[in-house]
Amino acid sequence: QKTTVLFIGEEQPKNAYTELQVLKGHFDMVRFLVRIDDVRFASAGDDGIVLLWNVQVGERLHELRGHSQQITAITRFQKHSAESSCPMILSASSDRSVSLWDADTGNRVQTVTDLRSSVKCLLVLERLDLWLSGGNDLCVWNRNFELLCKTEDFNDAGITAMIELPKNCIAAAMDKELIIYRLTVPSSELESWEIQEVKRLIDHQDSIRALISVNDQAFASGSHVGELIVWDSLDWTIQSYERVFGDTAQADIQSEIKLLSPKQNEMSVQHLTSDGEYIVAAIGSGIYVYSLLTKNVIAYRKTAHDSDVLHTLKLPNGQLISCSEDGSVRFWMLQDLPPPAEHASSAFFGMWGFGRANKQPNQQVKKGADCLVLRSLELTGDLIGHSGAVQMFLPFNDNVLVTCSTDHLVMLWKDGDRESRLRSLDLFNKLEQNKGL
Amino acid sequence: MISSPDLVAFTKDDDFRDTYVEINSLPEQFSLPQFPYAGNANPWAGASFAKFTKDFILISEFSEQVGPQPLLTIPDDPKAWGTFDLNYFSLRIMSVDYQASFVGHPPGCGYPKLNFVEDSKVVLGDSKEGAFAYVHHLTLYDLEARGFVRPFCMAYISSDEDKIMQQFQELSSEFSKASECLKTGNRKAFANELEKKLKDLEYTRTVLHEEAELQKTENGCYSTQAIEKANELANVEKSIYEHKDLLKQVTSYPNRKMKDPEFLPYEPEPPSEPPGVDQDQISGGSNPDHPSDDPSNTRRPSYTPQFIKAKSAKCFDKRLKTLEELCDVYFFNQTVDQLTQIEKIFRGDLCYISTSQIDTALLKQQKITNFLFEVFRDWEEEPEKPQYGEKLAPNSDSRLNPTPSNEPSCVETVLIKMEQDISEEGQQETESSLCDITQDNSEECLEADMKGSVSSGESIEVLGTERSFPVQGSLVQSESQASLPVHYPEVVRRKAVSKRTNSEDSIEVLSTTDSIIPEDLRASCSGAIYEEEPYNDSSSEHMYQSSPSSQRLVDSGMQDAGDFGKEATEQADSACCIGQEGPRFEEPAPELGQECSDNGVVRVAPRSSRAGEQAPGVDDGAPAGLPSYELNLIYLSDEVSRLDLDDVSDSTSFMSASTSSERAASPFLSGNPITVKHKRKAGQGALRFIRQYPFAQQAIFCLLSGRTLVVMGADEGKVRKLVSALSIFVPNLGKYAETIKPWLTSPFQITDLHSWKLIGLHRVASPTGSSMLFSLNRYSRYIGILDADHKTLRCPPYKGTLISKLADHRTQIKRGSTYFMHVQSMLSQLCSKAFLYTFCHHLHLPIHPGEGDASVASRRVGFLQHQLGVSGEDVRIVQYLGELLKLHYLQGPGKGGTPPVFRFEYTTSFLYKI
Repeated sequence: QKTTVLFIGEEQPKNAYTELQVLKGHFDMVRFLVRIDDVRFASAGDDGIVLLWNVQVGERLHELRGHSQQITAITRFQKHSAESSCPMILSASSDRSVSLWDADTGNRVQTVTDLRSSVKCLLVLERLDLWLSGGNDLCVWNRNFELLCKTEDFNDAGITAMIELPKNCIAAAMDKELIIYRLTVPSSELESWEIQEVKRLIDHQDSIRALISVNDQAFASGSHVGELIVWDSLDWTIQSYERVFGDTAQADIQSEIKLLSPKQNEMSVQHLTSDGEYIVAAIGSGIYVYSLLTKNVIAYRKTAHDSDVLHTLKLPNGQLISCSEDGSVRFWMLQDLPPPAEHASSAFFGMWGFGRANKQPNQQVKKGADCLVLRSLELTGDLIGHSGAVQMFLPFNDNVLVTCSTDHLVMLWKDGDRESRLRSLDLFNKLEQNKGL
Repeated sequence: MISSPDLVAFTKDDDFRDTYVEINSLPEQFSLPQFPYAGNANPWAGASFAKFTKDFILISEFSEQVGPQPLLTIPDDPKAWGTFDLNYFSLRIMSVDYQASFVGHPPGCGYPKLNFVEDSKVVLGDSKEGAFAYVHHLTLYDLEARGFVRPFCMAYISSDEDKIMQQFQELSSEFSKASECLKTGNRKAFANELEKKLKDLEYTRTVLHEEAELQKTENGCYSTQAIEKANELANVEKSIYEHKDLLKQVTSYPNRKMKDPEFLPYEPEPPSEPPGVDQDQISGGSNPDHPSDDPSNTRRPSYTPQFIKAKSAKCFDKRLKTLEELCDVYFFNQTVDQLTQIEKIFRGDLCYISTSQIDTALLKQQKITNFLFEVFRDWEEEPEKPQYGEKLAPNSDSRLNPTPSNEPSCVETVLIKMEQDISEEGQQETESSLCDITQDNSEECLEADMKGSVSSGESIEVLGTERSFPVQGSLVQSESQASLPVHYPEVVRRKAVSKRTNSEDSIEVLSTTDSIIPEDLRASCSGAIYEEEPYNDSSSEHMYQSSPSSQRLVDSGMQDAGDFGKEATEQADSACCIGQEGPRFEEPAPELGQECSDNGVVRVAPRSSRAGEQAPGVDDGAPAGLPSYELNLIYLSDEVSRLDLDDVSDSTSFMSASTSSERAASPFLSGNPITVKHKRKAGQGALRFIRQYPFAQQAIFCLLSGRTLVVMGADEGKVRKLVSALSIFVPNLGKYAETIKPWLTSPFQITDLHSWKLIGLHRVASPTGSSMLFSLNRYSRYIGILDADHKTLRCPPYKGTLISKLADHRTQIKRGSTYFMHVQSMLSQLCSKAFLYTFCHHLHLPIHPGEGDASVASRRVGFLQHQLGVSGEDVRIVQYLGELLKLHYLQGPGKGGTPPVFRFEYTTSFLYKI
């Protein structure tokens, strides 16, 4: 019946999420979670509603209604004014509008409608107090929703992802290409904003699915056929790329890890995440951890989930979180893998195909035997609750994890012991207020 | 000088005694009235000479044509009263009307005044008939009656004198509600009648006027006919004036209560509306609940005024209105319903009633924990009530909503017969009080006096009267303050004295309440019909009042308790052992033995010998829309009569007793709270379960630790039976939702697991079934699965001592109700542990800021292990209950709130098989 490839069982001593709260409010799939501050987050999805929640008590704070169609992109937009900075929410929808919401009051502050195309991605440049919208064109807006400049239309395809690069540059992913734009900041009142295409990187074989900035020096992109390319973010050129991977012998084939697999969607890069040291790629139903230092995959699990992994995150403590279309969230621990221990663990996970045998051909290793997988991803726990694909998750401090899913639900996973302690605190506070029982 | 013998402390002797109260003894107010007769006499011997077998309610009228006559009884079944002479008894109870209502032309008044007289409440005893009655006199208005009043009375007749005496307050408050209902309907009908009469009179005046004009023009102004006509006209004018005044009086009755939503069923018209506009419906023909589709509204103009002859017919010629006509059929039926409820409330043995009242009172005090395992009752509905401690203070009577004394009374005439009171006042001071509730500390006080007059022959013996009247000055107030100590025991003694001396044929008035307070005050006091107020509350109060007597009785009757208990059990068993196999008297398990001795007197079983004779026609199903507490009480009392049947059927043919059709009517489905009755029934099922399934403890552990237990099976009846059996172990979450889903045919979601802690799942071989299996599989870490068909259980292991005591498959308990009580006592013990655990500050929070979580945790473990004796998996039960308590406490009494928190643990499950 259940085709679990990996099953941890019910005994999960390392899993602290022992309390669950279900937040209802959406009428359709929930695709996005945006953190507003330490206690608040927003959720949005196909019903066009943005809901603001308090993560501590699970209370719905505001309901941001205004979009008539599904939300395609949502991001936080900190508005810095003289006296204070209040968090804002910038949301784009298929109804070809973009709205700015005040997270404190839930009011719509600004909105722009009747765009030429629906906005697929948003990028906020807080430094310049600007935001960019990417669709069939790339528009630059100021915070009063005045269009500053835009690119020409791309007739055939649209921008699906954007990241900010140093020197006022923006990398935008459009199908197979990465386009580098440069934003010219006006030096005087007379001049105007300008955005120009600087370079097109055409190294990906298939459409780009994920684009992230890794650190100041590098950004990474992943494509539908499993390509993961790490670019130099300063000069985003072959040269700069060569500079990152310049010491390798195979300069001509680029420092690219091609993960070949019979079926394309099994190797599609769904999501990339990085902590500056490692890049975690969600490829198919597997997770791959790429080290920028050693420039190879140091750990992976080919079938980490029953279905496509949709979102991953690496926590500073070496913990990895992944969520998948199979409706579960899994926790992984990146552990050093001494040979005997590996043996034991592969016996433990024997049925899930973990082992060196099937790993070798999947990986093109540049440095020989010593660059083999050195670490392992150990499953430490999983969260089962959603009945649909878990689209995204958002960790908060104090062991709170928010998940959203296609089953219209948002769930808060909490540390039961901590919550119990907090409730005790509340209880004794109330007891004191009431002056005894 | 200090040693002078004259110098004594300025206290009463009692003050010293009180300080040496034994700590371990049960608080007085919760002790039970013991069987008062000394010796080894048959406890039912006293009742044996009564000519009726069970209590009933009688409504009688003092007809101006035929004298006292019984009108109806509740239950309306000749078996109810047997050979008891209703006519004779009616004569007796109607001859003791302490209302002495005065209606008519008061001196100095030219026209009749209506007297909104307060009902009188007396207790009558007829030693010859073996009947004792609480008698509630009331008067209804009838335009055609003499003095416009028709005296009625409602009597609760029982063969148990103690029951009447001890439940006096409850009876009084319940009957007051019923009486208020009757009188409301009566006022309405009376107003309608007056309206019609006025129309008649005005029509008559017009006709007479025309005739008089005619006479004048024909015969001249001073002809005999003309003068006659003029006189007639003047009479009619006077009559109109009088009737208008009456109408004004009756309609100006303060209907403050109408603002209450509960009162609406009785008075649909807004009170501001002029009564004449809408009220000329034919009395008795309208249902005020539906004024819109009331046919009489459309027929309103159709009433044709009639000419009234100067000399109306003698009253003996005409037919007197029936009670239905007097009170409007709707109100009459309401009253009958209420009386039926009263009959159910007070059905059964006094011990049983007292026990349940004590039970309720105790449970109500446990406001922190009572929601966990107890049936939902009205205590949660009630807003902040004075706590028990305050209740002990005699001056704060929460039963009565204190009415400000300066509230303007709309009653036009308030007749206070002070002269009679004053004469009795002197006696009252010397006599002991029956009941010292000071009904309102500022304004009124109930005083009781017991007049132990010794009488013989045909005389009526008044054993006690209870009077309440508005305190106009400080005089009475101070008197009532002086008599605060409860002297109930003296009442009992005195009563015994009078019993010895009275002769046959006498009627003893054991106690009367004559409240001559203005009716509007009274209305607020006794509680209008449907006021949420409080049966329970008053009962707990009563418990307090009667406690000294019970204490005394306990003392005196204790030596017989053993014999009595045994005897009672024997009697009960012999009455219900048909079909029971095996010896009747096996030695009980140790814990059972203790339990029996603890509540040997409380046990309901002794009632069985009489309960068996209860009329089978009595409707056991409680009508919908009743307040839940009433439901409970009904079930409680019904349970008394059903117990034996249940037990017999459970031990012989339990399977057939619980068919699915019967279950379909169970309150699980209708969303009603699970009643005590069902829990008891479930007790038998649970007993079977723990005997039949070796893994019962694991299943119960699932329930007690908050892990949802899914009972899966193909047969609905079987699953429902298991669910209802296990339901007694399910802690309630509060008020969010049902915790039990007895029958589910679709796959469940994780949100369902938040509230449903016990699910009966339909196993089907279909696509739905497979998706159901999928959800079972998927959420298997959150649930335990009890397969009813294959008799397997998949759930985490349990290693603890608590549940093995709770559910020992070798238990010697035979009866479902006994086991239910066993479970209840264990669970309440558990509740108190959870309470202690939850409300100990240092178990959850650091004592000083620097203390880490680890040391708090170790302290917690130590407390659980050493103080509460809880270890192993039992800790998780206490922790779960503690979380529920926290949430419940934090949420407060308000409804709704955030959904319950779903907690779980990552532990391995095992599959258990038989």
